Amino acid sequence: MSQPHPILETPPQVLTAAPAIEVIELRKEFRRKAPRTATGPRRRRIAALDGVTFTVARGETVAILGQNGSGKSTLVRLLSTLLLHDGGTAKVFGHDVFREPRAVRRLVNRVSVEASFFKKMSAAENLSYAARFYGISARETRDEIPRILGRVGFPINRRTEPMENLSRGMQQKVALARALLTAPVLLLLDEPTTGLDPRSKLEVQKFVREIRDVHDATILLCTHDMTEADTLADRVGIIDRGKLLALKTPDALKRHYGTATLEEAFFAATGRTFAEDSDEGEDDEDDEREVLA
Amino acid sequence: MRSRAQLLRSELIGVAGVIERNLYLTRRYIWWDVAFLVWTVANTLTIVFIGRGIEASGGAIDVERVTTYLLIGAVIWAYLGIIFEFITETVAWERWEGTIEYTFMAPLRRSAHLAGMAAFAVVYGLIRALLIFGIVGLFFDLSLSNANFLAAIVVLLVASVSFAGIGIMTAVLPLISPEKGAQLGFVAQGVLLVVSGIYYPVSVLPDWMKWLAAISPATYALDGVRDALLDGADLTTMGPTLGILVLIGAVCIPAGLALFSAGERYAKRHGKLKRSG
Repeated sequence: MSQPHPILETPPQVLTAAPAIEVIELRKEFRRKAPRTATGPRRRRIAALDGVTFTVARGETVAILGQNGSGKSTLVRLLSTLLLHDGGTAKVFGHDVFREPRAVRRLVNRVSVEASFFKKMSAAENLSYAARFYGISARETRDEIPRILGRVGFPINRRTEPMENLSRGMQQKVALARALLTAPVLLLLDEPTTGLDPRSKLEVQKFVREIRDVHDATILLCTHDMTEADTLADRVGIIDRGKLLALKTPDALKRHYGTATLEEAFFAATGRTFAEDSDEGEDDEDDEREVLA
Repeated sequence: MRSRAQLLRSELIGVAGVIERNLYLTRRYIWWDVAFLVWTVANTLTIVFIGRGIEASGGAIDVERVTTYLLIGAVIWAYLGIIFEFITETVAWERWEGTIEYTFMAPLRRSAHLAGMAAFAVVYGLIRALLIFGIVGLFFDLSLSNANFLAAIVVLLVASVSFAGIGIMTAVLPLISPEKGAQLGFVAQGVLLVVSGIYYPVSVLPDWMKWLAAISPATYALDGVRDALLDGADLTTMGPTLGILVLIGAVCIPAGLALFSAGERYAKRHGKLKRSG
């Protein structure tokens, strides 16, 4: 069982024998605008995830490397129950993500590239109401919110300031605190350090390392940062155009592609560098929204 | 396994969380609330002065009764507007702030989430409606000698269940189409109010609009509140009106939840829960 959380009377139910994540042939497609033709359809379907299969063991940290639009965020959204799949299966600690979404939601939390909050509300207020959505009462969070904010390196005396007054790095720390407050046994980190200054980035990485080492949490980290993946992850996956090309330890990945660095391994696997953005995949969610808006 | 009592406790804490969040937001935007209240009071005054205007231009009317009639219509318009605004913006508001994905991935039942939004809207709307009624009432001699205020509030509360159900139906629109959905929500609200006899009896409407009036809960809410305040009708007398409102509510709430659930599935299928704005 996971380590008991100080404020949760009933920790989320974890099926101990099951892997933290078990994804088999997972597929997700989005429709995309296409030029109008006399006979053809106005939209085409793009595979954001194309038959992805992998398993993450309990307590493991796995990093997924991929360009923008490669399918990383789609994978995180599917595991967060924010998207419905088009094929395959996904389980979190044995719970089917698409058939038992409420059971999965109790086990999972997420930190994304955008630290999304009500900007006029303070850090303490944002954390307070978010905890209620997980059944955590005001009595239980009264002392816990300052404690968790302190742990992520957030200055406690600024917890009542509106979020809009805080720097991006500060906001990302509050996002980490929000995720930790609900005691997730699976933490999904979707580019949590993108756009942060070097100091904030190191602080966030230090905290992720602490969660990994001290708590019994499993971490799936989607990132652009090769060094981050190399230092934080037990295994690193490379995803490109919706396909998971490899998933091995960093050293095994470099050996497999005969390269000295992860960046070179990424290039060898995909034939592309990180600087080249893909125009396929998950960005099509936006395209479709524009069509219908 | 979690017991039923623990699950119920979690859901109730979640409902309280929605109300708590809206209280924080109201506090942070309090001067906007004050400004909108002043605007609504001014707007209500312009409508209620029409009663005196008719008399001044030679019309033979019971001015006190007409001004009270118009005031009730304007206050209920404002009340319904608040309820629809809060519930309809359940999605639009969170999408704008970027919190929508975090709310929708929380283990809170959607019915509890929407119940929290509706509960806050009803309490906030009721306080605001009483303030508007009180402030505007200071400007006029109203026909309230027989008024049954308790009965009027009961009618409004019973009607609020239906209003919440319709609000949930319109809240689904921004899930399907982020911008057009919000626009359609305003259109639906306007249509509902026009056919419900806000400032006139529904008998003056064209026949096709009378059909819409017959299924609008606002029609019965306005009739009930006017009967209670103008004629002192008690709850026993208003049994049929309350019965119809309960019936409409019993249809609107499950229908609203079912529609919202279908809209949420559609949004998850097509990737529409992402931030916009």
